[in-house]
Amino acid sequence: MGAQTAVMQENAGRAGPDLNTQALRTDARRESLRLLALLSPSLLLVFAIIIVPIGWLFWLSLFDEAGGFSAANYARFFEQASYIKTFVTTFKVAFIVTGACVLLGYPLAYMLSQLPRRAASICLIFVILPFWTSVLVRTYAWLVILQRKGLINSWLIDLGVISQPLSLANNLSGVVIGMTHILLPFLVLPLYASMKTIDTDCLRAGMNLGAGPVATFRQIFFPLSLPGLASGVVIVFVLCLGFFVTPALMGGGKVNMWAMRMEQTTSLYSNWGAGAALGVVLLVVTLALLGLFQWLLGARATGVWSSR
Amino acid sequence: MSIAPSALPIGMRGIEKRFGSVPVLRDLNLDVEAGEFLTLLGPSGSGKTTLLMILAGFVRANAGSIRVGGDEIITTPPHKRNIGMVFQNYALFPHMNVFHNIAFPLKQRGVAAAETAERVEKALDLVKLQGLGERRVDQLSGGQRQRVALARAIVFEPRIVLMDEPLSALDKGLREHMQIELRALHRRLGMTTVYVTHDQREAITMSDRIAVMNGGRIEQLDKPESLYARPQTQFVASFIGESNFIPVECRNGSVWYEDRRIHTAAATPAAGQYLMVLRPEKLRLLATAEPTSGVNVLNATLSDIIYQGDSFVCYAVLRDGRQLTLRDYCRSDVLAKMPAPGQPVSFGLDAQDTILVAAD
Amino acid sequence: MSEDVGLPISHRQRLWLYCLGGLVLLFLIAPSIIIVIMSFSDSTLLQFPPQQWSLRWYQTYFGSLEWRDATIVSVKVAIMTVLVATPLGTAAAYAINRGTLRFNGTINALLTASLIVPVILIGIGTFFLYARIGLNNTLTGLVIAHTVQALPLVVLTVLSGLRSYDMNQERVARSLGAGRVAAFWQVTMPQIRFSIVSGALFAFITSFDEVVVSLFISGGETTTLTRRMFNALRDQIDPTIAAISTCLIVLSVVLLSVAQIFGRRH
Ligand SMILES: Nc1ncnc2c1ncn2[C@@H]1O[C@H](COP(=O)(O)OP(=O)(O)O)[C@@H](O)[C@H]1O
Ligand SMILES: [Mg+2]
Repeated sequence: MGAQTAVMQENAGRAGPDLNTQALRTDARRESLRLLALLSPSLLLVFAIIIVPIGWLFWLSLFDEAGGFSAANYARFFEQASYIKTFVTTFKVAFIVTGACVLLGYPLAYMLSQLPRRAASICLIFVILPFWTSVLVRTYAWLVILQRKGLINSWLIDLGVISQPLSLANNLSGVVIGMTHILLPFLVLPLYASMKTIDTDCLRAGMNLGAGPVATFRQIFFPLSLPGLASGVVIVFVLCLGFFVTPALMGGGKVNMWAMRMEQTTSLYSNWGAGAALGVVLLVVTLALLGLFQWLLGARATGVWSSR
Repeated sequence: MSIAPSALPIGMRGIEKRFGSVPVLRDLNLDVEAGEFLTLLGPSGSGKTTLLMILAGFVRANAGSIRVGGDEIITTPPHKRNIGMVFQNYALFPHMNVFHNIAFPLKQRGVAAAETAERVEKALDLVKLQGLGERRVDQLSGGQRQRVALARAIVFEPRIVLMDEPLSALDKGLREHMQIELRALHRRLGMTTVYVTHDQREAITMSDRIAVMNGGRIEQLDKPESLYARPQTQFVASFIGESNFIPVECRNGSVWYEDRRIHTAAATPAAGQYLMVLRPEKLRLLATAEPTSGVNVLNATLSDIIYQGDSFVCYAVLRDGRQLTLRDYCRSDVLAKMPAPGQPVSFGLDAQDTILVAAD
Repeated sequence: MSEDVGLPISHRQRLWLYCLGGLVLLFLIAPSIIIVIMSFSDSTLLQFPPQQWSLRWYQTYFGSLEWRDATIVSVKVAIMTVLVATPLGTAAAYAINRGTLRFNGTINALLTASLIVPVILIGIGTFFLYARIGLNNTLTGLVIAHTVQALPLVVLTVLSGLRSYDMNQERVARSLGAGRVAAFWQVTMPQIRFSIVSGALFAFITSFDEVVVSLFISGGETTTLTRRMFNALRDQIDPTIAAISTCLIVLSVVLLSVAQIFGRRH
């Protein structure tokens, strides 16, 4: 401190553009260090729990079982039919679930955006509550509803619609229904938020110009809601790719998805190299999809900007 | 004006500030006298707020020295600078009532409860908010909030008070009223005050001196009346009051506009190109027969006359296409000389009203 | 945005939309309601509506040492996660909000990484790392892993609070003589405390409901409630789980209501 004052006094006597530059630079550095100190515990934790293990796993994935440096762990994905089947299943489920979420979520978000505020916030509770309810609880609920002796089957049999129970759980349909239920809020919430920002005056103008409700929706509202829809779709799709709990509990061992494959390879067979390779590819695909989306949205946003 | 014993002069030297690579303040030097009301006046983006933030210690300059009294404070943290600050949006603490807002600086200094109550009371008196101590901030009008912010900034008797466009959120009537009150308060307390505004009338009404800022530099530092009467740059001449400019040239010790010699009261400046400042209210309408010794005559073509009740504005075009504006009162002798639009007209400018500024 | 319906289309014309939206809402909420009702059933069979009512599944839940231990572990871990993640996340949000650091974007991305990285990968990675440093099956390990997952929520919630807060207030407090810490505690903190509380609640739910990572790194003494439930569900469908699920749903409702109330006061 004393030394610093001395430096300052010395500098103060000297006129010129570099007055106190050194002291100010030191001060700026100290301020940055203070902010870094606030950040460092969080950054350290994230670094230790996410970056280090993933980096380590990536390193492991570059070696084959004999310990030699090779791409065997990755080449396997193209060679073994079981891996290919896993990827196909995963993407199939992801597409179906995302599609189902769009079909169910778009009308819901549209309705919410058109309701008066009070009604909308009450309805929103029904979206947010499941969002914050444990995935396990909701998966369990669907097991109860869909299984062989579950609610749906017993109702249908009681009503005489069917005589043999339908197999709804422990197969693809169970997984799709459960995942759709769990991921639907991830689509509805961003979509609703973006729909709320659509200017009603814009729509009113459309109707005043003679467009009917359907035309107004198709030509004005729907295009304006697309960015929100796109971000919901990307989130849901990406979450599907790495989903574990529901397929593990509701797939009945028949729906083998990417995350389950990772769990089996590491926990059951302790093949860390192979499991790690699966994880690395999953991460890359996830980041690529998110990056692509960001890029498209960014390009679109600037496009709108420059056309103004 | 009484100078409060705690009032201190400020000396700023070589202040440089860049945001990224964009220079916002460039080698700025400014001296504020103890107890003075000095205003930073300039268009938006000229760096006024940045300079004030550097003074208060919220923004770090890249270089420079700030001395308050004899002490260098450029790296002193804000809470040790003992500078009161009023923000444009007041920044009152919404979770505290008026009393606690004003008592905040006293609490930080460990002032005893009884004395705090007394001093807050006195501050409330000063800003004419007696008895409002228990009000919540959101129950106050804009003007009252402004006063609370002011009371809070002066209750701890700071050496210096800084205000960043404190009146710009008020409506016109209240703003003019507050200008007078602020001025009176300053007369009474005599603290060194640096005030920021982009409103030239406000600056002229309130200040002892005005520093006109442009592009991160101080163009001119002067008393309000001198700024108007003797602007030193084209920017100052056009920012303070209205002006038209015509190019003139100095050669052989006299000033020339085209082939006409210009009479000046001041000494002729060094040879070179200058601009002559023509204030609308300094120009006179000349009858053709009028004798013109010692008066500069400008011949132009009248393009339009606008009557504004008690006064009128004439627009005319010089031969080289430059616009001239003249404003005068609607006296019958003036109106009698008035030609019709499209006709030639002569404007007179007295030698002592002739101002030359360097061309930018 | 106006209070009323945005467009001059009558409610009647929208009837189909309300029906469709209502059905989707029903789809979202029905499973939880069914579970709550079933948890009071007297039967081991899954009948709906139940023929007889009882609290026997709750008695099984609270009477079972295993379930109780797992619940205690989960509560402990969740509370510790809140105690760690809230101050860390708040400090980080404060620093990010200043926005003066050169790598602000990168820092932001890092702190929200656990929202983007697939959870299964975090689970495997953490297990792999913990195996080497002996943190598997420990409370510490669980708290650290859950903190990393809760951090982004705390950071984002507090950050949104800070964004709607006027930093000039903290500046003014500093000019009035308050040091950094005093200015934060006396001026900033009281005004963003609702965001901080919301962030803390989100951290609690995140930790308490966390399944995938806990599956890998908890076990034995430190088996969390969710891990035990997962294993129970893998074997057979035990109605006790309906009772536990009801408790979890109630917990979510309570925490969300608290967050909602705080949010409204804000
Ligand atoms: N934090 C900042 N980052 C980048 N540029 C800034 C920042 N603050 C101010 N500036 C820039 O500095 C210039 C001067 O700003 P300011 O001091 O606010 O001017 P004034 O108060 O005179 O309107 C402006 O061009 C502004 O864009
Ligand atoms: Mg400003």
